[in-house]
Amino acid sequence: MIKEIHEKFLRVVPKFCLGCGNEKIVDSVLSAINDLYGNTDDFVFLSGIGCAAWIPSPHFKADTIHTTHGRPITFATGVKIANPNLKVVVISGDGDLAGIGGNHLIHAARRNVEITTICVNNLVYGMTGGQYSPTTPAGAITSTTSAGNMEYSFDLARLVASAGASYAARWSTSHKSQLENSIKKAFEKGQRGFAFVEIISPCTTQFTRRNLKAFNLARKDQNLGEFIDIEREGFVKKIWEGMKENPSMR
Amino acid sequence: MEENISDSNSTKRKFWQGNVAITEGAIAAGCRFFAGYPITPSSEISHRFSKRMPQIGGIFLQMEDEIASLGAVIGASWTGIKAMTATSGPGFSLMQENIGYAAMTETPCVIVDVMRVGPSTGQATLSSQGDVYQARYGSHSPDYEIITLVPSTVKESYELIIHAFNLSEQYRTPVIFLSDGHISRMRETFEIPENKTIINRRKPKSKDDYIFGANSEDELVPPMPSLGEGYNVLVTGSTHDSKGFRHTRNGEIHRKLVNRLANKINLNKDKIIKIEENISKGAEVGIISYGSVSRTVWEMQKLAEDENIKLAHLRLVTLWPFPDKEVRSFMSGLKNIIVPEQNSGLIVKEIERCSNDNTNVLSLSKIGGGEPITPTDLLDLVVSVL
Repeated sequence: MIKEIHEKFLRVVPKFCLGCGNEKIVDSVLSAINDLYGNTDDFVFLSGIGCAAWIPSPHFKADTIHTTHGRPITFATGVKIANPNLKVVVISGDGDLAGIGGNHLIHAARRNVEITTICVNNLVYGMTGGQYSPTTPAGAITSTTSAGNMEYSFDLARLVASAGASYAARWSTSHKSQLENSIKKAFEKGQRGFAFVEIISPCTTQFTRRNLKAFNLARKDQNLGEFIDIEREGFVKKIWEGMKENPSMR
Repeated sequence: MEENISDSNSTKRKFWQGNVAITEGAIAAGCRFFAGYPITPSSEISHRFSKRMPQIGGIFLQMEDEIASLGAVIGASWTGIKAMTATSGPGFSLMQENIGYAAMTETPCVIVDVMRVGPSTGQATLSSQGDVYQARYGSHSPDYEIITLVPSTVKESYELIIHAFNLSEQYRTPVIFLSDGHISRMRETFEIPENKTIINRRKPKSKDDYIFGANSEDELVPPMPSLGEGYNVLVTGSTHDSKGFRHTRNGEIHRKLVNRLANKINLNKDKIIKIEENISKGAEVGIISYGSVSRTVWEMQKLAEDENIKLAHLRLVTLWPFPDKEVRSFMSGLKNIIVPEQNSGLIVKEIERCSNDNTNVLSLSKIGGGEPITPTDLLDLVVSVL
């Protein structure tokens, strides 16, 4: 089954580090799309910079935009508002979406803009050499915290929930069925409001080999599940309904 | 008194502020998406768009910062609509990374920068011409070429923003529109031109067309599809081949891409560049200006005529790509060239580059307080070199 899905939806087969969760996430995202819609015709995938940003681009056989670092949500907002018929999905990492792009994340949630965002939280800046990120657990050893991380980490799913999103959930790559259900839900809810799925997928190259203890602590701190699931009028819908009398955009 | 803007096109004769002319000109050019962040002295552009866009089925968006504003504009442009943002110096600095991205991904869009006094927060509401190099060299590794236009009147703001959109669509490039505090916030009477040429981007003929490379030997600007049309577009700011695939180590592919980005502008300079010349017979002194300072030159010319001083004036409307050929031709035979600027003397360096040993190039610079160079300041310098 997954082979057929790969043939249908991939232009290039992705290759990530040994043990990396990204390949599983590719499969989960594409399976959800296949089950729900059967094609990616109306989809636009946007990603920023970092390992997780490579999940859709160049791999997915669909419209993909690899943006500047931290900004995929801003590009996605422009795409969705300009053409509300598109299904707009952001897939990127914790450093991209919560570090450099953190401001855009909370503002998109606040506006409740109709975008599905999948944040692959690998707990570090992986691609640049394993520096600590805003989601690195306190005490963790990284390339830039040799004595242990002195900062506390973001609770991303709760942050996005409290900023105003319609849907926010957190799972890890070890929770296949829960994760796939949440991704499906986020695709559907993402057409009516801001839907967010955080996936804990520790970087095997840069993080877990140094930090099994810290990772286990983090698992206790940051519980999994759904943190918000509400219906609230979406931003794009509001904008377009305000213009119904003048639908002459193009 | 607020004008009833719902019938803003009902009469041809207008008494508009520069920022309003920019907004209405953009709408006339077909702009249907604006995203921006509040900053003086560009704010009236946002105010006007927020009222006008819903009337014409367009989008007005206020984003959380200038980075997000240009991000949204680039995203919107890829859906096939004409999009712009407007800002001022500090906001323009924040946009620089995405300007480079728009150049590299060949995304048509217009960025208005209403120049104000810097460095840094400087004198926030006051006029300057300090961003002329930021427009050309602001983003990292500016090995591409970019188009920058500078208006000198309110009427020209209206006409030139249409030209900015046309160039941006024709050459698939971001275009920088450099207004300044004086032009953007003054009001002038003018008539809306009746015949406006509007250019729209070229679409691919087939799904196999290259959208990031030449489809034929002489093609410099590839066609551009929109998202959702089945082209499976692969957009990236990294070095990419004609189909959009990344090649982050291959020098040859990088050179081919970046050379084309420069060539599509440089090899079309004759079509892109706009200048205005006014040369009195027997003139010995030449003045080269751009933007609001040109108005000082016009006033000074009246004073000079009274004293029988003969002058030559070259006004640059296109600042980048730099009109080398036009500047050289203007300077030939003139002993003295004066370059008045409301900055520390920036474009004068480009003029010096174009000059030869027979020409003496002088900078007349004034910064701070938004104080314009006065006609007498300029006349005094003219008289001193005669």
